[in-house]
Amino acid sequence: MLRMPRFELLEPTTLEAALSALAERPEKSMVIAGGTDLLPNLKHELFTPERVVSLARIASLRSVRELDQGWLSLGAMLKLEEIAAHETLRRRYPALAQAASLVAGPQLRTMGTLGGNVLLDTRCQWYNQTYFWRQALGFCLKKDGTLCHVVEGGSKCVAAASNDTAPALMTLGAELVIVGPAGQRVVRIDDFWLADGAANKKLDPGEILVEIRLPPTTPGHRGAYGKLRMRDSIDFPLLSVAARVDLDSSGKVSHADLVIGALQARPVRIKKLDSVLAGVQTGGDAWKTAVSQAAELAYRQCHPMPNVPGDHEWRREMVPVYVRHTLESAVRGDGPVHGL
Amino acid sequence: MRILKLQINGDLHELAAPDHWTLLEVLRYSLQLTGSKQGCDKGDCGACTGLVDGKPVLSCLTLAATAQGHEITTIEGLLPAHRRAGGEGADPIQRAFDRCGALQCGFCQPGMMLSARALLSRNAQPTRAEIRSALSGNLCRCTGYTQIFEAVESAVCEQLGVAPKPRAWETPSPESGS
Repeated sequence: MLRMPRFELLEPTTLEAALSALAERPEKSMVIAGGTDLLPNLKHELFTPERVVSLARIASLRSVRELDQGWLSLGAMLKLEEIAAHETLRRRYPALAQAASLVAGPQLRTMGTLGGNVLLDTRCQWYNQTYFWRQALGFCLKKDGTLCHVVEGGSKCVAAASNDTAPALMTLGAELVIVGPAGQRVVRIDDFWLADGAANKKLDPGEILVEIRLPPTTPGHRGAYGKLRMRDSIDFPLLSVAARVDLDSSGKVSHADLVIGALQARPVRIKKLDSVLAGVQTGGDAWKTAVSQAAELAYRQCHPMPNVPGDHEWRREMVPVYVRHTLESAVRGDGPVHGL
Repeated sequence: MRILKLQINGDLHELAAPDHWTLLEVLRYSLQLTGSKQGCDKGDCGACTGLVDGKPVLSCLTLAATAQGHEITTIEGLLPAHRRAGGEGADPIQRAFDRCGALQCGFCQPGMMLSARALLSRNAQPTRAEIRSALSGNLCRCTGYTQIFEAVESAVCEQLGVAPKPRAWETPSPESGS
């Protein structure tokens, strides 16, 4: 059995109380939302906080609110199953609802939250292990050590961003609302990541992610999410694809976006996608050709590493497969894509 | 150490436990409710599945204190809850697992039955795909999934009052000519 290190648990009922609970010892305190990422990590002794502050009893963090100019606000403590089943989200932001529906298994979606998934710790097969296992091999760059077991001689941690909702939120242009001792700040999710697996988020100790804001989508907005995994349940992504295709009234692509997850420390946006997809009429042969070109573009830009389980060469070969299916699925209006 | 008040299987339990204990540790080591199994203990296997307010959660990843104020059901509470609701014998899901031989070593069974109970309570007529999806967070390392899915379907048939589908070996094969 895996025992957790000793800590003090606080369960504030207001955000203000949570912030002041963190402010006393920010470096030695951690926030717990659903606990599905933090608790295994505590059991593996990857963190040893003195204080854990639960957000579960703060009711204001679980609301869905319409904002001005068509924006939608999602409370960070909304459960992943609520995101997956939410009718408005499924209609207006299909990639996000689909991504939430493919996180782990039913129990973990009942427990896990949207905010917690955005803030998921990066993962690596040499890191997400017990203390005994890690010390036997020799500690790595991400935790307690100076060498990388993935990239020989590597000096920067390459643990993978494995949060399913993050690539989807990036295609949607989401903004994160973060509160801390200095007040509130709003960050575009694209600007939230660092290319360092050891600490890939710009979030200071003592800060809390409270809200995720989504810009409006047009009626021609299409989105889908694809996830490669071993068991087709419970497991983290070996590769994930969030696709966005905006169509104009005549069915031509006005804008497209692809963000790939589980490759490296931050989700990766495929560059120059509009050069192959923009202006293409969907449904015909030109669309088929354009989708193949997009898949080829993604293949050239994605280089999976042996940081997460599963053969990394196989994961690379699956990049164009998942890109093709996810783009087609987005335009058809179905998905998610998995189990190919 | 703190005093916890936990509503488990219809009873209010008051007990002392450290802040860092999980619900599973409290269930097994404070209350001797050992029906919830400690499998992987890190959220992979589903053997510790319990119901919190009717929804399946992993008790190994739930801090005991955060379960206060919620209605917790473990496998020990399934039969009493069925009886309190006016039913006879065990919960239909338990009887179906028995009828269909839906176990080998039995370690995954409490979690399987609670996930199935949560499914049937919100969806009285699930398809095979919905059953597979609802049980996808519960691993059976004996890999006896077929009988488990059949058991859930059998419980559905019983609840609806219709005859269950014949099982795979009860259907005459085309080659036998019968």
